[in-house]
Amino acid sequence: MTADVSIRNATKVFGSFRALDDVSLDIAAGEFIVLLGPSGCGKTTLLSILGGFIEPTSGTISIGGEDMTHVSPAKRPTTTMFQDYALFPHMCLRDNVGFGLRMRGMGKAERFEKAFSYLDLVGLRASSAKKPHELSGGQRQRVALARALAVDPHVLLLDEPLGALDLKLRRQMQDELKAIQKRVGTTFVHVTHDQEEAMAIADRIVVMNKGRIEDVGTPASIYMRPRSLFSAGFMGEANFLPATVRGTSGSEAQVETTLGRVALPASAFVSGSPAVGKDVTLCIRPEHFRNANADVPTVSLGRGRITGSAFFGTHHRCHVAAGDTVLTAHLPQTDNPEAGAELDLRLKADSIVVLQDGAGV
Amino acid sequence: MRHLSTILVTLYAGLIYLFIFLPVVVLVLFSFQDGSLPVPPLNGLTLRWYEAIFADGKLMAALGNSLLVALISSAVACVLGFLAAYAFARYTLPASGLLRGLIVAPMTVSTLIIGLGLLSILNITGMRLSLVTVGIGHVVINLPLCFAIIYASMGGHQVNIERAARDLGAKDWQVMLLVTAPMLLPSILAAFFLSVTFSWDEFIVAFLLSRFDVTLPVEIWSMLRSGLDPKTNAIGSVVFLISVAFLVVMEFTVFRKTGKSS
Repeated sequence: MTADVSIRNATKVFGSFRALDDVSLDIAAGEFIVLLGPSGCGKTTLLSILGGFIEPTSGTISIGGEDMTHVSPAKRPTTTMFQDYALFPHMCLRDNVGFGLRMRGMGKAERFEKAFSYLDLVGLRASSAKKPHELSGGQRQRVALARALAVDPHVLLLDEPLGALDLKLRRQMQDELKAIQKRVGTTFVHVTHDQEEAMAIADRIVVMNKGRIEDVGTPASIYMRPRSLFSAGFMGEANFLPATVRGTSGSEAQVETTLGRVALPASAFVSGSPAVGKDVTLCIRPEHFRNANADVPTVSLGRGRITGSAFFGTHHRCHVAAGDTVLTAHLPQTDNPEAGAELDLRLKADSIVVLQDGAGV
Repeated sequence: MRHLSTILVTLYAGLIYLFIFLPVVVLVLFSFQDGSLPVPPLNGLTLRWYEAIFADGKLMAALGNSLLVALISSAVACVLGFLAAYAFARYTLPASGLLRGLIVAPMTVSTLIIGLGLLSILNITGMRLSLVTVGIGHVVINLPLCFAIIYASMGGHQVNIERAARDLGAKDWQVMLLVTAPMLLPSILAAFFLSVTFSWDEFIVAFLLSRFDVTLPVEIWSMLRSGLDPKTNAIGSVVFLISVAFLVVMEFTVFRKTGKSS
């Protein structure tokens, strides 16, 4: 089952700390949403409010059109998958997965059958008589997922469930989570501080910082067209270049940077149309400093000198000095950048994003 | 030099164990005395004193009473101790540090004082002295112990598990009964068996708060008043054996449980 979620002006204050500051968000039924942000950004608080473990200081939560703001966790159509799995250590997997059904008064035979089918879903049917301590971390993870899904929640809340797993297993579990979500169709709200994980699984990512939403969108739109400095910096690496708008003409704008004056398309200005005299910040992804094809409009920031580089497998990560500015550039793995070499800082005009200082969503 | 110190350490350890176990060994040994005085010399071995105690209706009734009081009062102490521990561990209570201190405080008070206090309260309320009042006394003595053991094992890592149970629809009593208590079973059992052995051995409160039906220690005490007799050694050995049995059961169950859970 699945349901949409609507959060309206949710605010949570702990003493003098605003953990959540006037957050509004609409989640469509069946969507896989990832709340992304550093620790203390309010993502877990928002998840706890959705699960009913804490009540918002103000604002409302509705799930499937029904107001849930003051409903207890047990009575919500949500279940939570906890970071430490929180499996019942004294019960076998079958009883763990069947627990929620037992609480709903379902008879033994039916309950066991359903528990088995959910253990099947996560590939652990053969271990149904085992206790949680006999399992590996990844398997416990799957049991926690099966247990949370067994009661047919409309919305599944996942609180950094992959945090304790090693990288390889985490990648594998990301794929599995995504596949299972597609199969069951339940709305998933997943909390993480790992931007790669967010990109791997999310339909839409919600970037949070200091209790507020910074950016909402698909992984590609958040990476390519971030709408705030924080969002641009948190989702991968970015160069920030301060600039001032000097003039606008039709679909172009002239901006003055420390590396010279450049003409940018108006579409680069994601947070409002350019106004002359305004201070803005150019956001440039390091991998965009690659020789652009001549048949697309390019922008040149002059030339820079490579001061150091390291090989990362997929690319060379180089520090480039241009005047007093130090930029980071990712050059193709086939290149052989050497310290002291010159680099033409030319990039596609539409790969630059211009953010107005202090802009949020 | 090194050799000498090994000898001294072994000797020292041997003396310590001798000091602890000699009385028990003597007690058990002379329960087999073929003669009417449980003192050296040992005249020969016989089982007749054991025959005598198992044929003694009063003694056997006292033994039954003791078991009954020990099991029931320990069960009650464990339930109350568990509930108190749950409240202190899971809820923010006003002055919780002070209240927690007050619950365990009776451990430091002598049983004589607890017994006398209970006796005067029972007198005021007009409640007749019986095995029930002995049981109440033992609950008072063992509750702090049960509380302390169970409370110590309630950690933060179980909070999320209880939360998960609630999230899946469990009511408070279901959380306690189906999740918390089974998770804490090793410490609850440890509290129970320890409490049983204390109650089983307890004399002062049992003496002060009983009248016609008495527990085994009180019965043994009245036997002693009529002089030494290998029969007292025999019943003493039985008491010792049962205490050991409880401790072994506790070791086994608790050790097995904690050894298995990760």
